[in-house]
Amino acid sequence: MLYFTRWKALAVILTALLVCLCAVPNFFPDATVKSWPKWAQRHVVLGLDLQGGSHILLEVDSNSVKKDKLDQVRDDVRRVLRDAKIGYTGLAVRGENAEVRVKDADLTNALAKLRELSQPLGGVLGSSGQRSVEVSDAGGGLIRLTVPPAAITERVRQSVEQSIQIVERRINELGTVEPLIQPQGGDRSPVQVTGLQDPTRLKELLGKTAKLDFRMVDSTVSPEQAQGGRLPPDDEILMSASAPKVPYVIKKQVLVSGGDLTDAQPGFDQRSGEPIVSFRFNTSGARKFAQATLENVGQPFAIVLDNEVISAPVIREPITGGSGQISGSFTVQGANDLAILLRAGALPAPLTIIEERTVGPGLGQDSIAAGELASYVGSVLVIVFMLLTYRLFGFFANVAVAINVAMIFGVLSLLNATLTLPGIAGIVLTVGIAVDSNVLIYERIREELRAGRSAINAIDAGFSRALATILDSNITTFIAAAVLFYIGTGPVRGFAVTLGIGIVTTVFTAFTVTRLIVAMWVRWTRPKTVPI
Amino acid sequence: MTHTIITALAIFIVILTGLSIYGVIPALRIVPDDTKFDFMRFRRISFPISALLSMLAIGLYFVHGLNFGIDFKGGTLLEIQTKSGPADIAALRAQLTTLNFGDVQLQQFGGPNDVLIRIAEQPGGDQAQQAAVQKVRQLFGDSVDYRRVEVVGPRVSSELLAYGTVGLMLAIACIFIYLWFRFEWQFSLGAMIANVHDIVLTLGFMSITQIEFDLTSIAALLTILGYSLNDTVVIYDRIREMLRRYKKMPMTDLLNTSINSTLSRSIITHVTVTLALLALLLFGGKAIHSFAATMTFGVVLVGTYTSIFIAAPILIYLGVGENRGGENRGGEDKPSKPEGK
Repeated sequence: MLYFTRWKALAVILTALLVCLCAVPNFFPDATVKSWPKWAQRHVVLGLDLQGGSHILLEVDSNSVKKDKLDQVRDDVRRVLRDAKIGYTGLAVRGENAEVRVKDADLTNALAKLRELSQPLGGVLGSSGQRSVEVSDAGGGLIRLTVPPAAITERVRQSVEQSIQIVERRINELGTVEPLIQPQGGDRSPVQVTGLQDPTRLKELLGKTAKLDFRMVDSTVSPEQAQGGRLPPDDEILMSASAPKVPYVIKKQVLVSGGDLTDAQPGFDQRSGEPIVSFRFNTSGARKFAQATLENVGQPFAIVLDNEVISAPVIREPITGGSGQISGSFTVQGANDLAILLRAGALPAPLTIIEERTVGPGLGQDSIAAGELASYVGSVLVIVFMLLTYRLFGFFANVAVAINVAMIFGVLSLLNATLTLPGIAGIVLTVGIAVDSNVLIYERIREELRAGRSAINAIDAGFSRALATILDSNITTFIAAAVLFYIGTGPVRGFAVTLGIGIVTTVFTAFTVTRLIVAMWVRWTRPKTVPI
Repeated sequence: MTHTIITALAIFIVILTGLSIYGVIPALRIVPDDTKFDFMRFRRISFPISALLSMLAIGLYFVHGLNFGIDFKGGTLLEIQTKSGPADIAALRAQLTTLNFGDVQLQQFGGPNDVLIRIAEQPGGDQAQQAAVQKVRQLFGDSVDYRRVEVVGPRVSSELLAYGTVGLMLAIACIFIYLWFRFEWQFSLGAMIANVHDIVLTLGFMSITQIEFDLTSIAALLTILGYSLNDTVVIYDRIREMLRRYKKMPMTDLLNTSINSTLSRSIITHVTVTLALLALLLFGGKAIHSFAATMTFGVVLVGTYTSIFIAAPILIYLGVGENRGGENRGGEDKPSKPEGK
């Protein structure tokens, strides 16, 4: 147990040294570290609870995704049946299905045409056997189209992916902060930003779908008549965005959508001086907009954002240049935000904030100071106690624990792990528990000495008997840490990380570093007694 | 300032190290070398006491309940710091009442300027919680510093509670299986009973002190589990070793010897962990204060007691060592000659 070959000793020293060296970048300012080669840049990241910042958990509204999908199916059915010149009645979304009724004579033809809408799911493999739409004959000429749950799940997954890109773009446009967005699986995505005092504006930017449409106002019906029940089937009533809320009757058909925008910039109207957003269409958008304005000179059209009418100007002349401006009693920041939203694009579905945790920079600073103080006090207490209890061997234990802590920081750096306040607590606890491995070894050595063994014999037996116990007792704590890592989020996960890494490095140092130190001491001093 | 202190401490440690290495300072012996305390006799006291305390804890849990934090209850928590002078809790409360949030709790938190505001979950789903925070921010404006804002929606909170409970169960199950593989089922079951005992007593402590029960509490419980088991496993390891070596020693003697020979280690480790925990409790800041308090109770007061007075003696009732000596009579180290007797 005490015999190390030269190579083995060298390997132990090199491994410990190498892992400890990984902690070095943490002691230099960020700017300095950035100039180093990539492989040397890995360092510990401070958690939001220490550096201040916001953690916001967003959820894609899956009901809205489902509704959109069904609406899309309905529109597809209309297009397919019209193209095939098949007469139909009662096309509508009912509950979980879209339904349409055709004449018995057309049924076979209609079913065949509608089945073309359905595509196999599952991307490249397509092996799931599921299809995007299920078309069934409900009898009596009624055709029912169902979107299976798998298709909805797939659509939600895509929505999350798209949303992440768009959210990233929106936050980047703010310019001041760098977001960290990791998909969490399912319908959620956590957003983390650091260094924001008040995340209110950020939340406003995230919460908006930013679906922009240009549509015609239906001037044939007044809003009062429409609200009184005479709403034409192709129209809907939308309210104005700014107070007082005024109803408008707007055609459902979209002339041009926000997806055709290539640029949007905040500015000021040259005549009135009020804040506006000027925009530019891409080629196809410009063509569609020109066509629509050409056909509807003298009519009002509406600029609709998230189902609210921002403004409804009258088309004075055809707009063929492919650019225009939106004015709608904006504040300067309102115009600025709208431009950001339009540039970043619309979310595929609304996002809801279901969890928010914000820590101000002041509290973060206090927590760092408290964590440091607790670490120093804890370490000093343990170091002094070990010296008093085991003297020379206490010194060995302290060296091992110091290497242990340095290695924890090394591993944390290698993993680019996040250090939180509970994480610091985990390290302090590790100091307390890491000496346990030494205590187990030393107490065992003392027992063997009492049983009458010679010094070297007792040390050897002490190590070999204690190491099995060390492994067993640490694995149970490691299981607890692993479970904690799995269920925890944020700060708690940080605790699990340092606790788990601490256990691994503790076992490593007990098996190698402590053993090597004692072995070297034995070789140099050839002790007849053990001062333990 | 801090540098001076750190330098001073470093010098102190170096000097102390030198003194102790050269043997100037006598070694501290907390547990005398030949301690032979009859721990097993105490099981007639410790078992009823533990049973009583556990029932008391369960009773408390049902009467008093746990003080669930927003992690599990949903709602909003704001930690604010007034910018001008000490916070006037009554005035703040009066201001908040105008917002009609229903249940609002205010509490001095740390310094005189720091106030913790807890707002119960608002009806109306996730958006309603966000709206509540917005209203508070508008109400106080720039007159206070928002140190911490946490909003947990209704679905997230119920999920977190489920995760926490499942996690605790999962940890116990994993450890049970691990110990089953490493030892025998009796040991595994004994450790489990000790585990449940730890958790129940700690929950009782949290109920009586009304310490906020949140995600970090689950972390504390799991760590208590880990450390209590750590102790238990060290003793069990020794019992297993003794069982192999002394085939004829009576079970109570064997358990007593095992506990006594690991006692010095138990106490010393106990002290080092306590020192580390005390440092966290006293200096770690209020953000982890309840975490450290729970852990101190669980590890310092309950964990070690459980290992010695519950986990080890219970092996007798579980029938460990009843059928010894039948098979491997041969290769015994020192047959039926207990150490030091």
